[in-house]
Amino acid sequence: MALRFLKHSSEIVAPALKRNFCSAYELQHKNPIQRKIVYVPKAQYGGRHTVTMLPGGGIGSELMNYVREIFRYCGVPVDFEIIDIDPNSETNDDLEYAITSIKRNGVGIKGNIETKSEQTGIISRNVAIRNELDLFVSVVNCKSYPGVRSHHQNVDLVVIRQNTEGEYAMLEHESVKGVVESMKIITEEASERLSRYAFEFARRNGRKKVTTIHKANIMKLSDGCFLETSRKVAKDYPDIKHNDMIIDNTCMQLVSNPQQFDVLLTTNLYGSITSNVICGLIGGAGLLSGRNYGDHYAVFEPGTRNTGSTIAGKNIANPFAMLNAAVDMLNHLGHTQHANAIADAMYETIVTDKIHTADLGGTASSTDCIQNILKHLDGKNISW
Amino acid sequence: MSLLTRNVVRTLVQASSRNIHSTGALNTSKPEGRVTCTLIPGDGVGPELIYSVQEVFKAVSVPVDFEPFFLSEVNPVLSSPLENVVASIKKNRICLKGILATPDFSRTGELQTLNMKLRNELDLYANVVHVASLPGVKTRHQNIDTVVIREQTEGEYSALEHETIPGVVECLKVITETKSLRIAKFAFDYAVKHNRKKVTCVHKANIMKLGDGLFLKSCEAMAKLYPTIEFEKMIVDNTTMQLVSNPQQFDVMVAPNLYGNIIDNLASGLVGGAGVVSGASYSAEHVVYEPGARHTFSEAVGKNVANPTAMLLCASKMLRHINLLHYSQQIYGAIQNVLKDGKVRTKDLGGNATTDEFTKAVIYNLK
Repeated sequence: MALRFLKHSSEIVAPALKRNFCSAYELQHKNPIQRKIVYVPKAQYGGRHTVTMLPGGGIGSELMNYVREIFRYCGVPVDFEIIDIDPNSETNDDLEYAITSIKRNGVGIKGNIETKSEQTGIISRNVAIRNELDLFVSVVNCKSYPGVRSHHQNVDLVVIRQNTEGEYAMLEHESVKGVVESMKIITEEASERLSRYAFEFARRNGRKKVTTIHKANIMKLSDGCFLETSRKVAKDYPDIKHNDMIIDNTCMQLVSNPQQFDVLLTTNLYGSITSNVICGLIGGAGLLSGRNYGDHYAVFEPGTRNTGSTIAGKNIANPFAMLNAAVDMLNHLGHTQHANAIADAMYETIVTDKIHTADLGGTASSTDCIQNILKHLDGKNISW
Repeated sequence: MSLLTRNVVRTLVQASSRNIHSTGALNTSKPEGRVTCTLIPGDGVGPELIYSVQEVFKAVSVPVDFEPFFLSEVNPVLSSPLENVVASIKKNRICLKGILATPDFSRTGELQTLNMKLRNELDLYANVVHVASLPGVKTRHQNIDTVVIREQTEGEYSALEHETIPGVVECLKVITETKSLRIAKFAFDYAVKHNRKKVTCVHKANIMKLGDGLFLKSCEAMAKLYPTIEFEKMIVDNTTMQLVSNPQQFDVMVAPNLYGNIIDNLASGLVGGAGVVSGASYSAEHVVYEPGARHTFSEAVGKNVANPTAMLLCASKMLRHINLLHYSQQIYGAIQNVLKDGKVRTKDLGGNATTDEFTKAVIYNLK
């Protein structure tokens, strides 16, 4: 018994990434609950930050070049450590290095990283980054820009999504031939941490209402636990209204009347679906950015997670999602002056000058957008 | 086998191509804007050296304004209050500083020197001294390119000394894990950012098993996060011997306070002395640029003979830090040219040119 316990605990302790060629047993006994993270001092020296940049596949690297060009132009005191992950690689070496790099820099900005390998030992890179860094919450700010062709105007809501467990626990196995079980893990610990984050977020940002999205009528235990926990936490925040809504109804409400929502609190998969629905409603994948936070690390990325390989290299990709991610990053690092300047220039470009790329129904190229942003930044006096 | 070779090749390629991309760039457009910098001329020849920097800045119209403060421990009457200086650096985030003289006896009975107070106030924990051979400077060793990183807020400089019974003085050397991890991380991050390959931890853990042991352990722990940087440890006495016999082997060195101080000076001596080595002290928010080997050269005050190279290099590094890469390169190139020509040399490098003449030569070489 003691022996079995020992063996089991060593499986838990072994980092998931080390197992490049692991057995089905090892794959199935991964521990999805929060990890203990050793404190690493911040990479901020003399007012300059170092940030890990993972350009990712498809349009990632061109978008990152725009970010760097704009940062250079207005003298943002941020240096990038650029790490390319080979999407065809059959090992996890690059990925491991990238995660180490985020661990030591504390902050990362990333495009979407492709995982082409279908070997069981090669885990999805995006999921691995979130799990290894324990980035338990993903926040997507969905605010519509006036003047952008879209189905709904005046949408202003925030999706707060559990990022490390639920359906993405990566616990799948074939119990008998032809029968595959996929486990969805909901823990009270992680749910409470997320709910607390959501209510704190609402309070700090002057939001009025939190809506828990679930399917507890069918998944009574798992989603039930998530819903119960959020209700319990809501009691500590009497100033914030709390209600809940079933995921299928939410989707219908979102496409017909999205203005009714304020903060959406969801499990992993539902969050992915709802944030994509909203992105589609207010202007597509090219505008919104997402933030992933853990207790120690933060990773910023475009809000909807697709690589856009088909439009890579054609100078038609919409650079705003990545730029929004960069602005989020600057706000997180405390360079609010630079963040506001860039955000204002972007707003002017979209709303006043109406320079839109093809995905928003315009004809401008990516570089047109960037040139226009640079033009707006020109008049601003920004300290280094 | 082929998989192995591919991995090895990829690791090598990555190690060589992976570098940090700064936001600054050369000769490209940028909005106009001016930067304010705190200026502490310091004691000894400091004011003369600062004057040289100001002349060079004027010649290329560098968009930097100075906010000067006279700060001195040997001249307390004229010195500005420390709080004002600290407030100014906190506001500007950058500072150019000469060297402050530190008397052997404390008049007030305080053990902390003014330098230490400034460092502690701003938490300037990391001192970086870039020791590099300069063209045209004749020295015993060539091609030295070493960076010495020194923890300067604790260790032997804790200012905790007392006489327990008459004739017995205890001086406390304090090493903490937090600060050791912090300086170790600084060293490794510096190595990654500047494309360096190796970090050497300098210690004396064989004798001070607990204090230096903790420092060494922290460096080892941090090294695990940097798989592409080679980590090496070396005992301080051996390090000094290696430095004078084979200094090219060192890349980035990280050391606790006193060892760092000694190595700074030793290494500076290898490449031409206190007049040619630049340094900087970092906190999370601020940087203070000052010459690497801290000597006031007070015997040369007013004689117009001091070498302004170190201070000019500091200024060039400061400009790079605030994204004015173009000006930084311009000034750096001019200094290199003057030294390479070897026609205008100050006394310390075997010539007889004055500080003014050297400054003029640099200005003449600015392109």
